[in-house]
Amino acid sequence: MAFLQLQPQEWQALILTLKVALVALAFALPLAILAAYGLARWRFPGHGVVNALIHMPLVLPPVVTGYILLILFGRSGPIGRFLWDTFGISFAFNWMGAAIAAGVMAFPLMVRPIRLAFEAVDPKLEEAASSLGAHRLVTFVVVTLPLTFPGILGGAILGFAKAMGEFGATITFVSNIPGETRTLSLALYTATQSPSGDLAAFRLTLIAAIVAFGALIASEVWARRLRKRIGGVDD
Amino acid sequence: MIDVDITGHVGTFKVKANFVGSSGVTSLFGQSGAGKSTITNMIAGLLRPDRGRIAVDGEVLFDSQKGIDLSVRKRRVGHVFQDARLFPHLSVKANLTFARWAGGRADSRPVSEVVELLGIGSLLDRRPGNLSGGERQRVAIGRALLSGPRLLLMDEPLASLDQGRKADILPYLDRLRTEAGIPILYVSHAMEEVARLSQTLVIVSKGETIAHGPVADVLSRVDLGRATGRHEASALLEGRVVRIDQEWGLSHVEIGDGQSVQVPGLDAALGEAIRLRIRARDVAVALQKPEGISIRNAIAGEVKSISDEAGPYTEILCSAGSQNVRARLTRASVAQLALQPGKQIYLLIKSVAIDRRQSAPASGLANDDAVSAQTLV
Repeated sequence: MAFLQLQPQEWQALILTLKVALVALAFALPLAILAAYGLARWRFPGHGVVNALIHMPLVLPPVVTGYILLILFGRSGPIGRFLWDTFGISFAFNWMGAAIAAGVMAFPLMVRPIRLAFEAVDPKLEEAASSLGAHRLVTFVVVTLPLTFPGILGGAILGFAKAMGEFGATITFVSNIPGETRTLSLALYTATQSPSGDLAAFRLTLIAAIVAFGALIASEVWARRLRKRIGGVDD
Repeated sequence: MIDVDITGHVGTFKVKANFVGSSGVTSLFGQSGAGKSTITNMIAGLLRPDRGRIAVDGEVLFDSQKGIDLSVRKRRVGHVFQDARLFPHLSVKANLTFARWAGGRADSRPVSEVVELLGIGSLLDRRPGNLSGGERQRVAIGRALLSGPRLLLMDEPLASLDQGRKADILPYLDRLRTEAGIPILYVSHAMEEVARLSQTLVIVSKGETIAHGPVADVLSRVDLGRATGRHEASALLEGRVVRIDQEWGLSHVEIGDGQSVQVPGLDAALGEAIRLRIRARDVAVALQKPEGISIRNAIAGEVKSISDEAGPYTEILCSAGSQNVRARLTRASVAQLALQPGKQIYLLIKSVAIDRRQSAPASGLANDDAVSAQTLV
């Protein structure tokens, strides 16, 4: 079974992938919750346009999304230059850029289930909370948000899976640099390009499958507990 | 004391509410769709009236002329919803104390006192999901009471419960009206609940409050038959239990003028003041005191007025001592007995028709109201 032994660069790819996916999730999830709440509860002019923009990465070819990110966040792009000049931060060709690409691609997948969860929360419960004196923000934190936890969990799992496997936008935006931007998918792609890469490709496929399967099982267990809790039934 | 004078609309449905409720329980009564909930939501601040004024105990909640419109959270109206609206993810205890930890409301009323009042001590650690409907409503009432309200607003709290559950919860409402210490606005389409609980009765029909006043007074108005519903037309008799006949299971309730009504299966102690609801359709009229008849109650009275209705039925309002009783008769009977105002008659009431659910402990307040109402008539 020696062929199952992970090579150092494969470990590196796995760790990097987890890091990129988790960081992408950490930044994109709160924004996704905000966007989902806005889309579910607010009616404003341009609602449809905002909705379409949020879903663009889902329908655009990933390479196009990656290219747009490159134009915006590249060292000479409008956002990239500003960030570099004011904060000395650059996203070009490093793992943080990979996290941005992963987060942007995962964003619409997260917004969708979370929005459905917000729409399922009865606004009458929020009325009841305000009749008891709770401020809107407090009501959101202690009533609305907890009732959407299963939806948020579902969105997070989908987003995490997407971020783990992101390929097109990542390779276009931050290229395929070993140790910096070469995530599992990119490493697998690289292995398939090399005549001697079959075993490496097999190992990488196996890890990807194990991580994905583990995440699904964990989320299922967690979701069941959450549903029981907010269903109002005693544990 | 609640003072409401508003007009408003929801879509094309217009409402006009004008009433004053004394302390104690003020009931908004009307058929489904009459506009009770719309008026209630305007008082709670969930809907905005077009113009007018709402005040509770002198505190103005809404005044279109002065530009006052307190938000829902600032109104301090303890709103008990028909569907309870407990927070499903929180325990009963966290629901009860929600106004304190999330609403920033301080109230001197101890949680333990409310828990005891409503009998929900054994539920505190449970979650709302597997409470029964009646338990859920009691928790909802407790939650509203613990929010430091200046007014308790109960919107059809029993409407979603079956008959057995209603009977379970009514005694708690009896206690509530004497122990809450704040005015209560009770919304219902069930005459039985309204007659039992209220001091002041407001009749709502087609979006308007068409009558308001002390409950016995409003109930004895025969012109409101359409709004109150024919089958529900009734009068209230207040009295005191003067004798309990253990052998036959009858309680004798004195209703003034030395006359008494015999009520079976009454759960009241000797000397207790109680309120009986007598439905108009359960009352018959005789010119002489009948003999050889199973009906146990023959009360001397006098015809005060006769409604002029088309169709086979008519309704008469009679005095019985210092109180009023309504009787629903056929027009043929009225003609044959030559009934007219001032005529001395006997009112026959089957004891069996006054069941336990039609009676409730009378508060001293209700007695005062009833007396003052009589002097007005």
